[in-house]
Order: sequence, then structure tokens, then C-alpha cells
Amino acid sequence: MDTKSPPLAHHFATLKQQHETATLGMWMFLVTELMLFGGLFLAYTVYRVRNPAEFAIASKHLNIWFGGINTVVLLTSSLTMALGVYWAQTGKRNLLTVGLVLTALLGVTFLVIKGFEYYGDYVENLMPGLAFDDAEWHELGVRPERVKMFLIIYYMMTGIHALHLIIGIAIIGLLAFWAHRGHYTPAYYYPIEVGGLYWHFVDVIWVFLLPLLYLAGVRH
Amino acid sequence: MAEHQGQVRTYGVIFVVLIALTGLTVWLGSIDLGEWHTPVGLAVAATKAVLIVLFFMHMLHGPRLTWAIAGTTLLFLAILLLLTLTDYLSRDWPTGRVRGEMETSSAQFFL
Amino acid sequence: MSTVIAEPSSRPAEPASKPVNYLNVQFGVRSWLLTTDHKRIAILYLISITVMFFLGSLAIVPVRLQLLKPDNDLLDADTYNKMFTMHGVVMVFFFIIPGIPAVLGNFLLPMMLGAKDLAFPKLNLLSWYVYLLGGAFSLYAMIAGGVDTGWTFYTPYSTRSSHTNVIPVGLGAFTAGFSSILTGLNFLVTTHKMRAPGLTWFRLPLFVWAMYATSIIILLGTPVVAVTILMLAIERIFQVGVFDPALGGDPLLFQHLFWFYSHPAVYIMILPAMGVVTEIVPCFSRKNIYGYKFIAFSSLAIALLGFLVWGHHMFVSGQSVYLGMIFSILSFLVAVPSAIKVFNWTATLYKGSVSFETPMLFAFGFIGLFTIGGLTGMFLATLGTDVHLHDTYFVIAHFHFIMVGGVVMAYMGGLHFWWPKMTGRMYSEFWGRIAAMLIFIGFILTFLPQFVVGHLGMPRRYFQYAPEFQVHNVMSTAGASILGVGYFLPLIYLIGSLAYGPKASSNPWKATGLEWQTPSPPPTENFPVTPVVTREPYRYSEEVPVGY
Repeated sequence: MDTKSPPLAHHFATLKQQHETATLGMWMFLVTELMLFGGLFLAYTVYRVRNPAEFAIASKHLNIWFGGINTVVLLTSSLTMALGVYWAQTGKRNLLTVGLVLTALLGVTFLVIKGFEYYGDYVENLMPGLAFDDAEWHELGVRPERVKMFLIIYYMMTGIHALHLIIGIAIIGLLAFWAHRGHYTPAYYYPIEVGGLYWHFVDVIWVFLLPLLYLAGVRH
Repeated sequence: MAEHQGQVRTYGVIFVVLIALTGLTVWLGSIDLGEWHTPVGLAVAATKAVLIVLFFMHMLHGPRLTWAIAGTTLLFLAILLLLTLTDYLSRDWPTGRVRGEMETSSAQFFL
Repeated sequence: MSTVIAEPSSRPAEPASKPVNYLNVQFGVRSWLLTTDHKRIAILYLISITVMFFLGSLAIVPVRLQLLKPDNDLLDADTYNKMFTMHGVVMVFFFIIPGIPAVLGNFLLPMMLGAKDLAFPKLNLLSWYVYLLGGAFSLYAMIAGGVDTGWTFYTPYSTRSSHTNVIPVGLGAFTAGFSSILTGLNFLVTTHKMRAPGLTWFRLPLFVWAMYATSIIILLGTPVVAVTILMLAIERIFQVGVFDPALGGDPLLFQHLFWFYSHPAVYIMILPAMGVVTEIVPCFSRKNIYGYKFIAFSSLAIALLGFLVWGHHMFVSGQSVYLGMIFSILSFLVAVPSAIKVFNWTATLYKGSVSFETPMLFAFGFIGLFTIGGLTGMFLATLGTDVHLHDTYFVIAHFHFIMVGGVVMAYMGGLHFWWPKMTGRMYSEFWGRIAAMLIFIGFILTFLPQFVVGHLGMPRRYFQYAPEFQVHNVMSTAGASILGVGYFLPLIYLIGSLAYGPKASSNPWKATGLEWQTPSPPPTENFPVTPVVTREPYRYSEEVPVGY
């Protein structure tokens, strides 16, 4: 790839048009992502309204420490991503690379913590089909099937979120590689901005998952 | 794109606010707010989301088109959620229809 | 619209002997399979979509043969279910939803905007490959034994009881959805960012407005059905899920999620068709379109209102009666913008200089049949009558009037209208008119009896029926045979025109629009010089040059 002059595609008149088009394209894509998660939010909402007790109790059994720490991890990664874009705009190649690498590493950290969390869920009999104890919930006075419903939704939402995060890490990693090669300049850095938009979106989804999944019930 | 380069300090401030709001979310989750529990939690989450979108995603100084896109999407998401929820909330409202024995006994299955 | 030279041409003059166009600029399979030219991608889609159309048509042949006799045993019930499912899945996801956008939209949108290509040419090519992948999954499902859930995949049958290939076909529909999203995204961004200088929103051809509204629906609706199919697959694989009544799940949740997309999907089908008709009618009336802004805004209104009516598919499902009433009223409302368009087309014809070339014949067919189909929708939108008509052939007739009598007619009309531009050849007008008449007659014979027999109570998706319905079913099958001939003819004369048709000028119909200002077929970059637009569209009151 030519690193000397900004690559203007043949069907654009100016690099500015190309930049704006790319950014607009990512915003449009985020529309589809929001509606995709929207379907899951609908399932959550419907069953929470129908089974408030089960959702509250099951939610309290999730590990809030992991959930909370992961939230901080992702928010920090959003900071490093935003700073990365700024350093791209100001032509600071090394800082840009550091920012992108940190963002990706924080994403990986999230996944590792999530992995430990899932393992913990398994140990705690919170995996319908694999590790679940009906009696435990009967003793608490709630219906085990409805608890399973909460957990299924929990795994679907966090699972699909994690899938998006993995894709995001791959994208940021790729951007970091090209950034390190000096590929981006203050005139041509929109791929960083576009990647950043996607990354922030994945963060925003998690910001909503935290209260919905972990704090549905009062944790005394 | 050169006009509105977010400044490092703004990002830092927003980040601190986001972390603080996260702490607030978790703390509020331990207080019994009764029926306000969920709305409050969602309100804090929404605030965090708005901050991320406006500042980290540069929507605050971005083109109006971005605002229109985000607004439209939220509108249709709201339609999906609210209209469907209306079904579940109003399904058992009286319609004057006489319920058969089979219907009544199995109805509790869905509640 | 006037075209003014804005930039000096930087390319040397082409030799006059052999003009280079997008078809002959490069030969070879690789130049086609790796193309990023929106026009070539449109042709690739044209071929795949035609294949899918004939596959979907083939699937319904055994069904119509089975229905010749009330107690026929040509097919058993399970096979019958698989055939109509395949018909629905292929036609809905692989023909009619992509159809006009992927073929005509891809070819024309950049040209109508005065652009060199879509915003994301490589994404465009990817969308075609993703479409093929989806088609491959679905065809695998069909060959490996079929699917018998109906194209609507209702739970819990699809998640628990059906022993057919639900997951592969679900994967196919899911993948086709992504192809659709990529196309819609491309169209939206292109319309915002790549209009030629002077091409303001209200100077855009109404086909562009139609594609814009369609793309909004695609982006907002398709992801919901995608995640729904995902949830269905998870439940089917793990036998626990969110639609499972044993866990307190509600099968109706599936229906809400499914129809939240699948109702707007019918507007994804009809809006581009309306856009095509809006381009054809002024041209063959030699008159400006009546009510430009009404047509433009009604397209947006349909896109918005279309998302508010999905519950009319669920009136008898157990959904809240009160919500049903709301959906019923909203369904009445959504008919209004469509009716506005019909008024505007009719008003355009009034005191125009009307001629009956093949594209116009198809446009007339559209206006008449779509109106009938739309009006019958009112009976279905009415809660009380829908209780009687739901799941009968009345519904089948209603949506076929709109999808076949409407969308396919418009697609054929558009194909004929822009064929000279796309291929540089004129087709046989004689055979075109024969095909249009055969399609029209065949269509009416096929589907009008279905209104009658549906209203009399014949249920849909049944492999046998009460004897008193036989006459209508025989008429319907007979009509379908004529329809088949009608659709087969264009295959012959359109392909034949590539070799034997007279060469087309740049503007054989004397139409307005930027796409007619370039040679037929166009060069790869569409316009040697970026046009500058200074006047409004559809200026048929002036003499439009035939071109060079």
C-alpha cells in the first residue's frame, strides 16, 4: 500500500468526500447492529416483565465483581480508542499504535475475565443444560424454568456481545499493524475513526447489559 | 475533521465521569428503590451511553445527519419494544369473551 | 435535465470505430467474478435472480398439479408442505426482496446520481457473494430433504417438532439478509454523499427516492429477523430457548420478532416496484409526473408506517385484542400513501400522450393489479373479516396480486425499459407485448379464483380440499400454466436480442434522466465528465433528444 500519498479511490472527487462517506457508512452499519441487539433486548424485556421475581433473584447470582470490572475495562478501552483517533489526527504515529494496541489488549482482557466468569457460572450451577440444580431455586421460592429463561438470555446477550468484541479486537489489531507501518497520516486516518465508532458501539451495548443482567434485583 | 479534534482533557474528564457513573450504578443496585430500581439503572446507563456517543464517537460536533440516523434508529427500537410489550401487558384485559375451562387452566402456564 | 460540461476531460478521445463500454472493456471470467463495477454486479445479480425465480416457480408446479383434484395423491402431505415452503423461501428471500434493488437499483442508482459507482464498490461485490452463499445454504436444505415449516418458520414446530432441515434454510435466509443489508447501506450512503453537483434532493428521480426509502427499511428491519433466526437456531440446537413454553416462553414472541421485519419486507418489495412504475409512466405519457413531492414523501411514509402494522399477521394468534385493534387502524393508515401514488400515476396519464410499448403495458398491469391487491388488503386489515379470511386462499391471492401482479410486473417493465441501456440492444417489441399480455391474462386466471375460493373458506397450506372448490383450483392451475409461458418468453427474446436485436441509441425511449445521457451500454465510469444538474426531472414538456 502506498504510504506517501493518501489513497483516493477512483469514484470519489476528494479525500474529504471519501472520509465522510466511510464514516457515514459505519454509522449506517451501527444502525443494523443496534436493531440486532434490539431483538435480544425485546426478549429480555418481555420475560422480565412476566417473571420479575425469577429475573431479580437469578440476576443476583451473577458475579457483579466480574461484571463491574469488565465494565471498567471496556470504558478504559474506549478512552484509549478515542485517544488513538486523536493521535491519528495529530500525526503521532507511535502514540496511535500504543493506543490501538492498548485498546485491543483491554478487549482481550474483557474476554479473559468473561471466560473466568463463565467458568464460575458453570461451577455455580448457572448453566441450563450443563450445570443446573432445580432444587436450589425451589428452595428460594421461584420457578427454576423461569430462572433458566433468564440465564439463556444472559448467555445469548453476552455471547453475541463477545462475538462482536472478538471481531472488534481483530479490526483494531489490523489497524494497529497498519498504524505501526506508518500507513496513516493526519490527512488519511479515517479507518481509525471508523474502527473507533464500531468499538465504542460495542462498549455502549455492554453499558446497558450491566444493569439489565447484573442488577435486575437488589443486591443487599 | 481537523476542526473538531476532541481534546485529551475532554476525553479524560468524560472517562472519569463514566467510571464514576459505573460505581453509581453498582451502588444503586444495592439499594432498594422499589419500582424505581429499573428506571434509575437504565437512566444511568443511558447517561453513560449518551456521553460515549456524543464525545468518544464525536457526535456532538458531527453532522446533523448522524443525529438523524441515531434518532431514527432509537425511534424504531422503541416501536419494537413498546408495541410488542403492549401485547403482553394488555393480553389479559377483559374483552367480554367467555373463557372456557381448558383456556383458564392453561392460562397460568404462560404467567 | 441539462448537462453542462464541468471539468475538462482528461482522457484521450476514444477511437470512433469500437466504443468501449462496461461489457467489452475486459473479457474473461475473472474480470466478471472480481469486478467492482456496479453495472457488472447488477448483471451478475440478474443472472442469479433469474435462476432463483425459475427455481421458485418450479417448486410450485407440483403444488398446483396436486391441487387439480380435491383428494389428489400426487404428493403426500409432508412433501406438499416442503414444496410450498421451498416456493416461499426462494421467492421471498432470494427473488423478490433482492430483485429490483440488486438488479435495477445497482445498475441505475449511481447513474441516476451522476456518480461513477456506488459508495462502496467492493462491499457491493461482497453482497453478491453473500447472496450466493445464502442461496447455497438454502438449496442444500432443499436437496437434503427440504423444509416443511412454511417460509414463516413458526415456533414451536420449527424448534421442536419438525424433522426437516430448518437450520440450513434458516442460515440461508440469515445470510441473504446480510446481502440485503449491505446493498441497502450502500444505496443510502451513495444517495447522501455522491450526488452530482446541482442534484438536490428534489431534483432526484423518484426511483432514487424509492430506493432510499427501501434501504431505510432494509437497515432497520432485516437485523431483527436475523437475530430472530439466530434465536430459533439456538433453541432448535440446544432444545432450550426463549420461545419454549416449558420455560415460560411464548411462541408469539417469535411471531412478533419475525413479522417486525417481514411486514416491512413487503414494502422492501413494493417500493422499488413503485419507483420503476414512476419512471415508466411519465416517459410513455410524455408528461411530467404529477405530484412529485407527494410521491417522494409517500415513499418515506410507507417506510415509516410499514413498521407499525406487523400485528395484522397475528390477529388470530392469541395476541392482545386491544393491540389487534391498534394494528388494524394503523394498517388502514398505511394504505393511504400507496393510494396517493396510484392517484398520481393516474393523474400523470390524464391528458398525456400515452403509448403502449412493452414497459408501459407492464406498468399498466402493475397499476391495475396492485390496486386490486391493495384494496383486498383492507378486508384483511379489518379485524372482524380477517378472523374469517386468515389462513385462507384470500390471503394468498392478496399477496400474490401485490407481489406478482405488482412487483414482478414492475420488475419486468423495468427490465424492458432499461434493457437497451444495460445491453445496448433493442428487444422484439412484438414478442414483448405478447409476453406482457400472456402474463396479465395468466395472472388473472391464476389468482382471481383464489380470492373466491378463499372467501368461501378454502384453507391455505392444505394438500387436499373440499370438492366444491375444484373448479376454481383447476382455473388457477390453468392460469399458472399460461403464466409460466408468459415468463418463459422474455428469457428467449431478451437473450436473443443480445445477438439479433438492433443496436440501441443512448436514449431510444426519449426519456429524461441522467442514465439516458450516456451511451448504451455505458462506459465503465458511466460519465466521461461528471454532469452538473441545473433543472428539475421529468421535463417531458420539452423535446428530449434521442442522443447519439
